[in-house]
Amino acid sequence: MTENELAALSIADLQSLLRRREISPREVINTLRARIEAVDPDIGAYLSLDSDAAVKEAEQANVDLPLGGIPIAIKDIINVMGQQCTCASKILNGYRAPYDATVIQKLRAAGAIPFGKTNLDEFAMGSSTENSALKSTRNPWDLARVPGGSSGGSAAAIAADEAFGALGSDTGGSIRQPAALCGVVGLKPTYGRVSRFGLVAFASSLDQIGPVTKTVRDAGLIMNAIAGHDPQDSTALNAPVPDYVANLGNALRGIRLGVAKEYMIEGIDPQVRAAIDAAVKQLNSLGAEIVEVSLPSTEYAVAVYYIIATAEASANLARFDGVRYGYRAENPKDVLDLYGRTREQGFGPEVKRRIILGTYVLSSGYYDAYYLRAQKVRELIRRDFAGVFEKIDALISPTSPVAAFKVGERVADPLQMYLADIFTIAANLAGICGISVPCGFAAMDGHRLPIGLQVLGKPLDEARVLQIAHAYEQSTDWHKARPPIAPNLPKA
Amino acid sequence: MAGTWDLDVAYVAKLARINLTKDEAKIFRKQLNDVLQYVEKLREVDVTGLDAAAHALPVFNVFREDAPRDWFTAEQALSNAPRQANGLFVVPKVVE
Repeated sequence: MTENELAALSIADLQSLLRRREISPREVINTLRARIEAVDPDIGAYLSLDSDAAVKEAEQANVDLPLGGIPIAIKDIINVMGQQCTCASKILNGYRAPYDATVIQKLRAAGAIPFGKTNLDEFAMGSSTENSALKSTRNPWDLARVPGGSSGGSAAAIAADEAFGALGSDTGGSIRQPAALCGVVGLKPTYGRVSRFGLVAFASSLDQIGPVTKTVRDAGLIMNAIAGHDPQDSTALNAPVPDYVANLGNALRGIRLGVAKEYMIEGIDPQVRAAIDAAVKQLNSLGAEIVEVSLPSTEYAVAVYYIIATAEASANLARFDGVRYGYRAENPKDVLDLYGRTREQGFGPEVKRRIILGTYVLSSGYYDAYYLRAQKVRELIRRDFAGVFEKIDALISPTSPVAAFKVGERVADPLQMYLADIFTIAANLAGICGISVPCGFAAMDGHRLPIGLQVLGKPLDEARVLQIAHAYEQSTDWHKARPPIAPNLPKA
Repeated sequence: MAGTWDLDVAYVAKLARINLTKDEAKIFRKQLNDVLQYVEKLREVDVTGLDAAAHALPVFNVFREDAPRDWFTAEQALSNAPRQANGLFVVPKVVE
């Protein structure tokens, strides 16, 4: 097996090799490091890579644990003890995490090795990773295009075989949309299914950590390790954790899948629409019943989201004031000058925009008109889903209305960028779970650009969503396609 | 709902403790007014009798034991401080 073939393995396949002692955890880290050194100068998925720590952990790894010896890349908004956690912002310059997030503790307990911190839109605010203040990440399928975002580094790393599995975070689609644009799998768990302790907060009522992987099975394997109650996070649900891979392979007979008529909007790229139509037929041929449903409040989701998310962000990001950690402006003349200039120099434009919008919608005289009203409409959106889930098992839709767009194409118009989140945002507002799985390609400028199918499920019904996505994935070849990156790597 | 053309970016930035250059304030004013105009569509929704959904799922009153436990040492808590002295964070003088 060449190094490239090894790097392309799924977690499940790598696990078999490790358990048969055909490869050692140390060799896995070395192979991955070589792969990253070869392709990451073009892709830019990683912000940092602590190889020494990973090698040390690999030498102690117990490959018989659930994720024993498997390296996992971590979005650089999740604290890993002793490592930087930049949130792709200048304001966290120099910060080193003094503790492990709960998901990191859980990954370690399952034998996994956190390896590498991946790029993102600054504080996870964005849909293209172009808002990173530190690095540009490119789509492995076409280096002129964005990887999506905000977990663009994690998705690009998986697509380019620079990671076997990764963690992202999803506030309005930040796991599912980059997974779709990079042709990989991304799962946003139910709100509260995975602890947020140690995830730097963007919008606390919407944020959720989840896996980005090459296959649906791998997403289930990571969920088995990270899901569950955590006394450190009062919103972490105290509900039993099922085995997320136990039902993979079950047939879809009897499953009812909803297609929302409000999701058939005009802005969908014709190639995306054709791929989704074909996927719906495929799911139907696998035994699922297709039912048309209605989610009448869909058209308000983006507006509700950008009020609630910015309001919560303006409060959460107040902690970055130059006092306890990170960047501090030089020679402040008083404490207000310290705050004002630290935040001026430390935050990028999108973060400033959102803090200002969030401050405005919470300010005296506007709170009822914007924030309170948005929360009430949020309740309508939640009821929409609760209602349709009485009739169906899951909803299917495109993950993104378009395939990957060009770097720089949308940065000047934030509103247009926000509107592209239409299919993913409602799941965060309603707290439900969802997955994106590859379902085809759009042909653009001589490149093949991946398209993602989204499956949304009831609260805590991740196992069902994984079962549906797995059945679809295994009946197609989309997940086997690799992007056209061909560095000249030596044979292993 | 409030009018959309009165977002005084400079004033709100001050509330948010972010200094802005004049150019930034000008660009943000245009961009944020676009967003505010877009969210005006929420005015058409009838929200009478609806409770505000602060959380997506019904979880209430999560308590823990009010008991002491090990946490960061002062040294760990200060390990990222831009300036510190005598086990304390150093900031510009606040009280005259």
